[in-house]
Amino acid sequence: MTGFAAIIAQTIRLSLAGGGALVGLVFFLALVAIIPFGVGPDLNLLARIGPAILWIGVLLASLLGLDRLFGADNEDGSLDLLILSGEPLILIVLGRALGHWVATGLPLIIAAPVLGLMLNLQPIALLAVMATLLAGTPAVSLIGAVGAALTVGLARGGMLIAVLVLPLVIPVLIFGVSATQGAVSDPEPFRAPFLLLCALTCAALVAGPVAGAAALKAALD
Amino acid sequence: MALLTRLANPSVFLGYSGRILPFAAAAAAVCMAVGLYLAFFVAPADYQQGDSVRIMFVHVPSAWLAMFCYSLMAISALGTLVWRHPLADVSARAAAPIGAAFTFLALVTGSVWGKPMWGTWWVWDARLTSVLVLFLMYLGLIALWRAIDEPARAARIAAILILIGFVNIPIIKFSVEWWNTLHQPASVLRLDGPTIHSSILWPLLVMAVAFTLTFLTLHLAAMRAEIYRRRVRAAQLRAASPEYNRASANGPEAEAYS
Repeated sequence: MTGFAAIIAQTIRLSLAGGGALVGLVFFLALVAIIPFGVGPDLNLLARIGPAILWIGVLLASLLGLDRLFGADNEDGSLDLLILSGEPLILIVLGRALGHWVATGLPLIIAAPVLGLMLNLQPIALLAVMATLLAGTPAVSLIGAVGAALTVGLARGGMLIAVLVLPLVIPVLIFGVSATQGAVSDPEPFRAPFLLLCALTCAALVAGPVAGAAALKAALD
Repeated sequence: MALLTRLANPSVFLGYSGRILPFAAAAAAVCMAVGLYLAFFVAPADYQQGDSVRIMFVHVPSAWLAMFCYSLMAISALGTLVWRHPLADVSARAAAPIGAAFTFLALVTGSVWGKPMWGTWWVWDARLTSVLVLFLMYLGLIALWRAIDEPARAARIAAILILIGFVNIPIIKFSVEWWNTLHQPASVLRLDGPTIHSSILWPLLVMAVAFTLTFLTLHLAAMRAEIYRRRVRAAQLRAASPEYNRASANGPEAEAYS
């Protein structure tokens, strides 16, 4: 357990030290800032598509640091040491994914309502976006960690991770945005998509580390 | 099972497949000719859709093969990871571009069919969208294979991704259906109105068989090409190695396909 906690702490430290998490936040801000230039400054339109913009922004910003999740360890050989340490590979992947979520996902979630104000979101929509992001982004980090494990050791891994992970996180995006819409407009439900979102995160919590560990093992021998 | 074990030797597989391939190709050609004749001259035009209904005879088998091919890849992936069958990876790798091609064909023919019928090239209908996601996953897999040089390492990594995708496809399908019904009430014309009449069903079945035979022919040929490609790679590695005669210096994969 101490090893597991150490892995989480190390992942967070490394993400913050390189400034990667901060760059993710700035990327998120930049992404949200360019949307009105594309679709026009119509506040009603922005209020309607705002939750989707925030969700897509968080999704893309979460993908940014993924190639360093195992890549840096692989280059300096510490990944081999981690595996030799006897800590189960599944816990290593889980620790990395949780660390990535704390360092990258959480700041994005905290920033999301501020950016939501710029998109003319109602307070209830801001709350819903935060709640769905809290429930859904762990799944993104977990699936992303699998993508990172699959592409560890590849020269152009970063782009490939995005291509592999994006189709897999479509369900998370769908239920995240549906639940937010459900909270804003009355006839549509909030509870059902939100619970499905939680279910996706739970499933990713179980399957992600197993798949990630298998991928790491395949990539390293 | 005994045959599968024997086929683990690529040379045995090359022998068998070389003999089967001409027959498979001939059967595919005959079936395709009969199917196309039935589809174009025997099957009646739809009373509403006119002759454009004939697109179905290409579209439906393509869509069916798009899914069949991914299922085959998933079985191959299990073969790679569980039984370590050396041909399983060859099979999966050879199937991926063919599956992507059939998926693309299904999307394009669907789009061409949709233009006169629905009045638009594309609708974000649940079925179309999930086929599009399937196409993306095929492309991602191909990209992953191309990014890893070493066939043995690529085999297991790709197999894991294939299985992840296989588990995810039903989830994606379900969520896309949810998303679609939530945002778009049933405005899209559905095909499953009246049940299909036998005058259309028979040509469709013949075309499905023809497409499947075509797929099997292409798959066998692609598997043979993949085995030869690996032999060439192994020979090149051997030639490049300083200890020319000690094949073991190249690692196990240099010997596996020789």
